Amino acid sequence: MARTVTTQRKIVTTLVAWGIGLLIFFPILWTILTSFKTEAQAIADPPVWFFFDWTLENYRVVQERSNYSRFLWNSIIIAGGSTLLGMIVAIPAAWSMAFVPSAQTKNILLWMLSTKMLPAVGVLYPIYLIFIQLGLLDTRVGLTIVLMLINLPIMVWMLYTYFKEIPGEILEAARMDGAGLREEILFVLTPMAIPGIASTILLNIILAWNEAFWTLNLTAARAAPLTAFIASYSSPEGLFYAKLSAASTMAIAPILILGWFSQKQLVRGLTFGAVK
Amino acid sequence: MGQIVLEQVTKSFGDVTVIPPLDLTIEDGEFAVFVGPSGCGKSTLLRLIAGLEDVTSGEIRIDGKECASIPPARRGLAMVFQSYALYPHMTVRKNIAFPLRMAGFDRAEQDRRVEQAAAVLNLTDYLDRRPGQLSGGQRQRVAIGRAIVREPAAFLFDEPLSNLDAALRVGMRLEISELHNRLQTTMIYVTHDQVEAMTMADKIVVLRAGHVEQVGSPLDLYRAPRNLFVAGFIGSPKMNLIEGEEAVKHNATTIGIRPEHISISESEGRWSGIVGVSEHLGSDTFFHVHKTGLADSITVRADGEVGFKHGARIHMTPRDDMIHRFDEKGLRIA
Repeated sequence: MARTVTTQRKIVTTLVAWGIGLLIFFPILWTILTSFKTEAQAIADPPVWFFFDWTLENYRVVQERSNYSRFLWNSIIIAGGSTLLGMIVAIPAAWSMAFVPSAQTKNILLWMLSTKMLPAVGVLYPIYLIFIQLGLLDTRVGLTIVLMLINLPIMVWMLYTYFKEIPGEILEAARMDGAGLREEILFVLTPMAIPGIASTILLNIILAWNEAFWTLNLTAARAAPLTAFIASYSSPEGLFYAKLSAASTMAIAPILILGWFSQKQLVRGLTFGAVK
Repeated sequence: MGQIVLEQVTKSFGDVTVIPPLDLTIEDGEFAVFVGPSGCGKSTLLRLIAGLEDVTSGEIRIDGKECASIPPARRGLAMVFQSYALYPHMTVRKNIAFPLRMAGFDRAEQDRRVEQAAAVLNLTDYLDRRPGQLSGGQRQRVAIGRAIVREPAAFLFDEPLSNLDAALRVGMRLEISELHNRLQTTMIYVTHDQVEAMTMADKIVVLRAGHVEQVGSPLDLYRAPRNLFVAGFIGSPKMNLIEGEEAVKHNATTIGIRPEHISISESEGRWSGIVGVSEHLGSDTFFHVHKTGLADSITVRADGEVGFKHGARIHMTPRDDMIHRFDEKGLRIA
């Protein structure tokens, strides 16, 4: 007997889903709302919800006080660069693990993943010293490399699971048809793995964009991305919640918009292999 | 040109030896079929020739050229896979043109050859479709098209028809045979289906556990199987194998007689038994006869019009000149 879904049941599940969704989104919504309030309204108790004097004052002040576009540009370069660099390493790595596995492939994959379980602060000191030695402190190059390295395990894992789904016979057919390794990866594997590659790229841009620990610790002024831009509003002058909110909104807006337009791709990426 | 010579070829995966030392020659223009039960190493052998697997030791020569170090892309062979292995993101036209594109042919030549192959394979109307929009038979033809455009030294077929339904399989069998007659190119065809082997091959290579059990023309294998394994494998339904007293009468450990070489009668014959299951194919009828005192069951072929009830007693007489004799090691006694 098929399970019947009553209207009542539907309403309940819909409400619960919306409830959870709003709960998760609430901090972001509250930040965005606060960014349009005056400082006084921002800390008002009880809090004001929608009926306050909407103002763009905070955005003007933030713009005036700091150079948003410079931080934005740094974020774009660091997130984009680390993702691009990562893909150049991760695609061949995932290819070899998926299609020419050795007895140690599973171990290598797990070992790579285990680095993600290490608290980042544990390696801060050595990396900081290396950065000083190499003169990479507060440079976009240095940060790009570090972010690429910390996200590489996830990239390789994601691509690996995608590549695993591609039947090896198709690649063998390409080999029989005269394709060398380069042609095989370029003309056969990559086009077939485009959805997987796209969602890997997207996820990594988001991870790199939001990365705060390393960006805050390894940059000062020149290479500081948007995370540092937000942080600069949280510390020195005490509690300017509205301005902090405005800065945060400006920092997350680009990635939020990118995420919105690519959500289909992302969802498919994150649940890939779960349904088939 | 496409003579393929295997000399003392072996293949092991770790500690497991899949192919013990093996020698084999396939002449230029020959249609060779590797046949054997699953797991006998026939596909591995094909993949060794293709270069998709490396030989553990020994030599493979294609047209006299040792090719251990030549990657599959440059061996000049084309392969048709069991799963077709078409490129799902390319149209039929691009699929067929892919080997030409890899070989660096210009667009005009690519188009010309693709059109030509498509005409031969009845694919002209489907050139702009993707593999996902084709039926199994059409996909198989695309895979063959992709193999023929490059005019390879030899074709390798890895169980290409096993995913098709019975009717299509018979049709494609004929098409591949026609193709071979027209191109006169060496073809190596792997199958576990002895009917495919019998109907298509110039030369059948029967394999078991990586060993070549016998090499010969279909009729050679049918008429003079070298051992019990080949005797049981070639021919459908299987040859009846009889041990014991009856075999001793023929100075052998085991004797074999094919179902089609036994005549049956209601009243008299050398052997007798009780009819079990009858399989009516229309043209022929096969009776499985029990309680003969010879073997668990003796299969007999009769004319399609002959009918015996289940449980009826019948008499059988084998044709003496068609009895195969085998010694205690299972080898044929000449």
